[in-house]
Amino acid sequence: MASTTPTQIDTAPPVTRSGGSSTGRAGDKIFAGLSKGSGILLLVIMASIAVFLTYRAAIALSKNEGNFLTTFDWNASANPPVFGIAVLLFGTVVSSIIAMAIAVPIAVGIALFISHYAPRKLAAPLAYTVDLLAAVPSIIYGIWGALFLVPQLNGLNLWLDEYLGWTYVFDKTQVGVARSLFTVGILLAIMILPIVTSVSREVFLQVPRMNEEAALALGATRWEVIRMSVLPFGRSGVISASMLGLGRALGETMAVATVLSPSFLISGHILDPGGGTFAQNIAAKFDEANEFGRDALIASGLVLFLLTLLVNGAARLIIARRKDFSGANA
Amino acid sequence: MKLQRKNMLRASALGALVVSGALVLTACGSDDNTKTADGTAKPSAAAAGDIKCDDAKGKLLASGSSAQKNAIELWIKNYMAACSGVEVNYKSSSSGEGIVAFNQGGVGFAGSDSALKPEQVEESKKICTGGQGINLPMVGGPVALGFNVAGVDKLNLDAATVANIFNDKIKKWDDEAIKKLNPGVTLPSTAIQAFHRSDDSGTTENVTKYLKATAPDAWPYEPAKKWSAPGGQAASGSAQVAAQVKQVDGAIGYFELSFASSQGIKTVDLNTGASAPVKASGENASKAIAAAKVAGTGSDLALKLDYTTKAEGAYPLVLVTYEVVCDKGNKAETLPTVKSFLNYAASDAGQKVLLENGYAPIPAEINAKVREVVNTLG
Repeated sequence: MASTTPTQIDTAPPVTRSGGSSTGRAGDKIFAGLSKGSGILLLVIMASIAVFLTYRAAIALSKNEGNFLTTFDWNASANPPVFGIAVLLFGTVVSSIIAMAIAVPIAVGIALFISHYAPRKLAAPLAYTVDLLAAVPSIIYGIWGALFLVPQLNGLNLWLDEYLGWTYVFDKTQVGVARSLFTVGILLAIMILPIVTSVSREVFLQVPRMNEEAALALGATRWEVIRMSVLPFGRSGVISASMLGLGRALGETMAVATVLSPSFLISGHILDPGGGTFAQNIAAKFDEANEFGRDALIASGLVLFLLTLLVNGAARLIIARRKDFSGANA
Repeated sequence: MKLQRKNMLRASALGALVVSGALVLTACGSDDNTKTADGTAKPSAAAAGDIKCDDAKGKLLASGSSAQKNAIELWIKNYMAACSGVEVNYKSSSSGEGIVAFNQGGVGFAGSDSALKPEQVEESKKICTGGQGINLPMVGGPVALGFNVAGVDKLNLDAATVANIFNDKIKKWDDEAIKKLNPGVTLPSTAIQAFHRSDDSGTTENVTKYLKATAPDAWPYEPAKKWSAPGGQAASGSAQVAAQVKQVDGAIGYFELSFASSQGIKTVDLNTGASAPVKASGENASKAIAAAKVAGTGSDLALKLDYTTKAEGAYPLVLVTYEVVCDKGNKAETLPTVKSFLNYAASDAGQKVLLENGYAPIPAEINAKVREVVNTLG
């Protein structure tokens, strides 16, 4: 498990080139071919998904009477079809940002606690417990969210409205239960917690013991050790962990569809019910959509696909830029 | 140390399995509305003798509307008990999906809560060689307006008030319009929270058709599967809407009656202009469907419902689901099964099953026509 990995790094034997290879060149060739094939297969799969989405999306877009980017409506099965992704893009991004803002600090906290503060006896069960959150199916989160979380959040919503209402964002202008983007953000935060936590934990455990001991030897407190050696070393790891979490938040479907009260309006008041996300809209509209309506939903799926690509690309850039400083990616 | 940790992993994995397993099971349990409170299936009325199996054999696939799911599952159960060696499989998805599957030739018949549109009929000609898709009304049902207002047990509303509640014009329960319809009832000043469907739905289409027909001034929107009025909150699927109404004080929402009865949600009595407000029930819905006229031509029996009926005890907010079949050109291997199954569904015994389960039977004279058409299917 995780706790043994640091020592593995220190004691890993150097790779020997002439280490008695008895399998011969045939094995090498087969293995190289297999791995090359797998790599190419992945590219082919991704490319064919992109081609399929683009083809179906093109059919839909050519007949759209609205503006795909700016129309605040989704009426793709009607005649003539009118649909646009503005509300969905806004809702997807906003709910994911809320989820990230809540989940990442908590996940880093849990990861640090498990890796550096908790007694060994507590750390392992806690780590498992967090990981178990990932095993809960998203529809279960949806049901829990709709039946338990939403009524529970009424109090928090009123409090935020009362004391932070002046920020505009937390101004609650509609009566009604908390089936809002904010609630969705909280639910998504819980759902992405395990992946961000477990990757961050692994990274924090990989901080070279020497760095930490050197800092301690200079008289640093435990917090200073974490600030000066653990966090800088783990930064790129935490960023990639967050991006994995963000990927799940962007694409989460059933939980959002169950908890959100969707409407085709963009509102900066995140406590008001309303909004929508790509995945939620696809889940909600797919069943009753006709052939053309499905193409339109696929077009929106393509935008989600591109959004995820962009986010991952941006994450790669950030990690690449920070690589020199940390070494986690070396 | 290592061994211990492994055991712990196993133990926690097992624990997780038990917990999530229990959650999954309870999640499934809440969905089935055909069960009575003690969890046993209601006894079905049909004796095996009522069902003519004829040459039915093999496997019949069908798919479509979830509004008639509970009814059709009971029929299938009775039918398969009577006719050995026949398997009928109804995939309850949605009307749209059912019609798409039908027009691709994937199913023997499709269930739909609205009649085929002209372009869908056109498309069906490719599958039904020499014929076309037709609608056979089989299941009726009241759409209930469920409400949850603390201290209010009985609520009468008329169509215009319902329309104004759902399009955000009436915002409080003690609004004058509601007070006037409910003399003697103390209404709280709770804010009204109207819930509608977030997914496209035949139920929404029926409710908006009703509102448009009976209160065109208050409801200016065109009837559609997609909810078009502003305001209110949305939830996906009838079950979710019902769950929200049950949970939220001041809520009102629409769903098939079975969802209200299974969760103990109070329903609105509709003031139709008859001498007394009408309660949502299978019998009352049947009376309203009796006022329907056949709008289809030839063997197509699509109904035109009279939402404005003022007949005594007729609950006009109803939905009728059709079975969509080819009049000519059905697949030879499934045709006998389709005929014998639909014959049972349209028979008196089959329709009696409906009334026992919160649905509304189709009026006898329309029923007789359905059986006539079923016998001519080719």
